[in-house]
Amino acid sequence: MQFFYSGITSGSIFALVALGFNIIYNTTGIINFAQGEFVMIGGMLIYTLLSIYGLPFLIAAPLALMAALILGAIFERVFIKSVRSPNEIKLITITIAASIILRGLGMVIWGRNSLSVDAYVPYKILELPAGTLTSNSLLVIIVSLITAFSLSLFFKRSSLGKAFRACYDDKIAAGICGVDVSKIRMLAFAIAALLGVIAGIVTTPITYVTYTDGIMTGLKGFAAAILGGLGSFWGGVAGGLLLGIFEGFFASVFPSGYKDAFAFLVILAVLFLRPKGLFGKKKAERL
Amino acid sequence: MRKINYPFLIFILVVLIAAKLLIKNEYYLSIVIFGMFNAINASCFNLLLGYTGIISLGQAAFYGIGAYFAVIVAASFGINPVLAIFLASLFSALTAFIVGYPTLKLHGHYLAMATLGFGMIIYVLMNEMAFITGGPSGFLDINKLKFLGITIYGEHSFYIFVAIMFFIFTVLFEMFDKSYLSYKLKFIKESEFASKSFGINIFKTKLLVFSIAAGITAFNGGIYAYYSGFISPVSFNFSYSIKLLTMAIVGGLGTVPGGIIGAAVLTALPEFMASIEDYEMILYGCFLAITIIFLPGGLTGLIKRILNKNAAD
Repeated sequence: MQFFYSGITSGSIFALVALGFNIIYNTTGIINFAQGEFVMIGGMLIYTLLSIYGLPFLIAAPLALMAALILGAIFERVFIKSVRSPNEIKLITITIAASIILRGLGMVIWGRNSLSVDAYVPYKILELPAGTLTSNSLLVIIVSLITAFSLSLFFKRSSLGKAFRACYDDKIAAGICGVDVSKIRMLAFAIAALLGVIAGIVTTPITYVTYTDGIMTGLKGFAAAILGGLGSFWGGVAGGLLLGIFEGFFASVFPSGYKDAFAFLVILAVLFLRPKGLFGKKKAERL
Repeated sequence: MRKINYPFLIFILVVLIAAKLLIKNEYYLSIVIFGMFNAINASCFNLLLGYTGIISLGQAAFYGIGAYFAVIVAASFGINPVLAIFLASLFSALTAFIVGYPTLKLHGHYLAMATLGFGMIIYVLMNEMAFITGGPSGFLDINKLKFLGITIYGEHSFYIFVAIMFFIFTVLFEMFDKSYLSYKLKFIKESEFASKSFGINIFKTKLLVFSIAAGITAFNGGIYAYYSGFISPVSFNFSYSIKLLTMAIVGGLGTVPGGIIGAAVLTALPEFMASIEDYEMILYGCFLAITIIFLPGGLTGLIKRILNKNAAD
């Protein structure tokens, strides 16, 4: 059972990253290859604010989240909006370019070492049936679930959320009905960056953060999004949790070094067998 | 159909000979050799993305497969390294065929992620299968490259060897560019629907190109392994795939000089700027972003425009 608990912890992070992918994909049709970099930047930001400037957590966290929103918005304006006559290939490569720029900046600013911050909650071990969970892991799970629920409420209930969904269904029609599509696109990136930074903040005390973390985190989040069905909101959450649990199980059977290959096997298997994912409605385009 | 661009080929030949005569410093020579390796790999990437519209983010894996296969097979079975390199190339093409069979049915983002996933799996295997590959610390036990009784060793003899190979591949790429196949590929890239209705088997053609590109990249990888005398997974990771993508796009997609110019610029530039190592990937990222936003034709497109303008004046 222990792999189940640790799997849920890492799985809820994958879920947050998957949601970031889904929000951007749903409103713009873009897969943001830099999504994992937002997580890395989140970890780095909280490290800077807490350990270097010595701010209390309750000030540092909101600051980091504000920075995330601004970063996401700037990201969209600089990289995405400036692409003339965009096509799929151009958009893929521009987000790849953005991701290596962010990674490079991360290294130049924060160096090559792994950084960590003190835990936000006192260390306790929860005894659960056939396994244990630390208070830190519990925090990760709770924060992820709260984030997912509030986002889902935002999309279902608020008028801005409805505008997002309108853009997903039909951009031109949404524009005619008075939705500012360009603003929604920018907001989608801002929210995705926010999700990434939340993930970065909650994981940094557990896993440390290094400038190269973005690649793996991003890819696993994408694997989760694909597994759940690209574009499906709760599918992304379920995909994240499932991937985490599978990965935990895999690591308990095979040498742990092979663990990272597992997410890619999942990506390949899902793409080959069921491209719309487990819960997705839209069919991936095939030849 | 256009004719083969002989002035371009002669220009390449002259540059190669001039470089051999002028550059005495072994370090600079090694940069040129690396530039040529990169140029062939970037041209293969160009073959995929620029001509056919296949975005493959796992090209480094084929380079790595070539390098490891050529070295390990030669060491374990005591066969001639040159034969081992050819076998590695075949093996890689076969791998590409098997991987491409399900993958190339996908498009855009899905294809990009699937090839990236394949590249990452190979990278993890190179790291973890230490009993074959030497793990993260790499593979040291590499023989010398013997070819028709000549032992190729050191920068100067490798320069001649790699330059000949590079020139042959450039001629082949140029011939390909003017061939019926390249028109067929560009037609597929333009519109899959239209080319399908003309009776072109898109899937088969893509699979063929994917396998050929993987074979050439692996061939190149095998020679790289014997040249450097040491291989480790770091040389074949995701960053290298991204570098190839950058070189091909910055140079200019869908043109023969594209891969060469891109590789030349992006191999040389970091070397000319001291202590740039930390900024190398940022540099690549900025070049890539600037090219996509401002220079859709890449450097080749820019040069062509300047030449045409001068001709018009």
